[in-house]
Amino acid sequence: MMKLKLLGAFGAALMLAACGHSDDKGASTGNGAAQQSVSGVVPGSQADLVANVGDRVFFPFNSNNLTDDARATLNRQAEWLKRYPNVQVMVAGNCDDRGTEEYNIALGSRRANAARDYLVSLGVSPDRITTISYGKDRPIAEGDSEDAYAQNRNATTSVR
Amino acid sequence: MRSIISDQDADILRDTLMPRRTMLYGCAAVGGIMATPLSSAFAQTASNANAPGAAEITVDRARNEPIPIVIPSFGSGNGATITQVVTDDLSNTGLFRVISSTSSSATPDFASYKAMGAHAVVTGNVSGGRVEFRLWNTLTGQQIQGTAYSFSGSSEVRRVAHMISDVIYERMLGEKGYFNTRIAYVSQTGRRSNPTKRLAVMDYDGANSRLLTSGKWLVLTPRFSPVSNQIAFMSYVNDRPRVYLFNLQTGQQRILGDFSGISFAPRFSPDGRSVVMSVTRGAGSDIYVVDLASGSKRQLTSSGAIDTSPCYSPDGSKIVFSSDRGGKQQLYIMSASGGGAHRISYGSGSYASPVWSPRGDVIAFVRISGGFSMGVMAPDGTGERILTQGFTVESPTFCPNGRVLAFCNQSAAGAGGAGFSSSVRTIDVTGFNERAIHTSTMASGPSWSSSNT
Repeated sequence: MMKLKLLGAFGAALMLAACGHSDDKGASTGNGAAQQSVSGVVPGSQADLVANVGDRVFFPFNSNNLTDDARATLNRQAEWLKRYPNVQVMVAGNCDDRGTEEYNIALGSRRANAARDYLVSLGVSPDRITTISYGKDRPIAEGDSEDAYAQNRNATTSVR
Repeated sequence: MRSIISDQDADILRDTLMPRRTMLYGCAAVGGIMATPLSSAFAQTASNANAPGAAEITVDRARNEPIPIVIPSFGSGNGATITQVVTDDLSNTGLFRVISSTSSSATPDFASYKAMGAHAVVTGNVSGGRVEFRLWNTLTGQQIQGTAYSFSGSSEVRRVAHMISDVIYERMLGEKGYFNTRIAYVSQTGRRSNPTKRLAVMDYDGANSRLLTSGKWLVLTPRFSPVSNQIAFMSYVNDRPRVYLFNLQTGQQRILGDFSGISFAPRFSPDGRSVVMSVTRGAGSDIYVVDLASGSKRQLTSSGAIDTSPCYSPDGSKIVFSSDRGGKQQLYIMSASGGGAHRISYGSGSYASPVWSPRGDVIAFVRISGGFSMGVMAPDGTGERILTQGFTVESPTFCPNGRVLAFCNQSAAGAGGAGFSSSVRTIDVTGFNERAIHTSTMASGPSWSSSNT
């Protein structure tokens, strides 16, 4: 799991770089291992989710298996969703670009459903969660290194 | 079943066709363009002196070399456009070697063209809204075909030129041409991490490109109807990704089917009356077929795995698709009514995006084994041939006669992503003559129209 933690730190650096052009709340970025609250964000907001909870979980290649790190992040998301019962979220599944477009839409859907199902198993109402898959069309890391691939295999939760 | 016509066959066919000096085609109107047969205007019956030349065509030479053909100047203005388009059409096939000629003489100088090695000569000219063209056999001095086209505006000039190219291709090779066709594709601009993707359509050669959607919503995988001016595609309208139908005549679009899951990977049936597609369910996706007239849907698979990229055989009786029901993604064929699925791909890696050739003899596919490659195999899984490889090569689509594939080629992005590019390329089904189609933006997801639309 060391690799994923390192990726989390890399993701935070990417977040800073990406904020400049992000104009879509669905594409907002964050890391999965935030430790302390950031002041100045509205509780229950997307910024709160990103900064204090972790908005995304990462997957192994061609897999929708939830890692221990992914479960830890989703545990925090479930607690956070229970704290803000009026918040609706969309979970987007994403893939690296080493699959075909059509297969990756299904694989991204698989990942979004895995995250959604886990949140539901923790007591979050399924009515509050919609899912979507972008396949390989929303790569948060634009490169094609192994690290970039690892970041792009994710399920990202955003406040609707 | 023969996969493609060989050049040897082409020569035999051409010799067979040569004596047929009467027109195969009567008057025909396509769009605003009227085609009229031209009778053999010049007395070329005394061509027996040249006839022995026909016997000198050796099979080896015919197989190894593109067919030399003389394309003259059709004149200035619209004429120059026709000269250029016909030259490009024929040259781009890799099957012709075009010899340009400045001669505008109505009667070709067969002796000199024969000395140059030309098998055929074209003559023609443009006068106002009328193009006359004639195709001659250099060796016999006989007219193979003559047609006059009338057109109403300069916007139709390229189309007339493509129709001339189609006639030349068909009369020389015995197969229908594919030059008067279009390709639907996805135009891509903006950052790769959040791209703007628009539905677009262009002539097969990249000309007359036109954007069809605003780019507000992501669109993917356009698929031309085989019989009408419609494109099935996937759109993310309102963050509900579903299969839609775009009508090119009206500019209207409508959702296809009513599904709670994501519908994607559409393909028309050969008769154009229905669209087969995938719909996500749980951790997998099922294949459905939706009737366009009634909107009724029928489920064809329910494996629980990812069943996707369905594509009909040209006779409509079977569907090839990819599935990871056995672990890795492989290709399967089932009955068009569902059931009886059997696996046809057995190589290492995974197989995806199968597309049945309109000739029925091969299925094109994407194979991912280390990198991406694109190939063809027979429907029984034998005879696999890899045609091309690349960082990403995907979305194969056949031209109407099955001789050429268009596909998407994407370059390696590099560590920072700056190296990324995406374009549409074409390749002969034999694996030679790979070329790029020029588009003004990055492009992906090509879908070749039939020659009927």
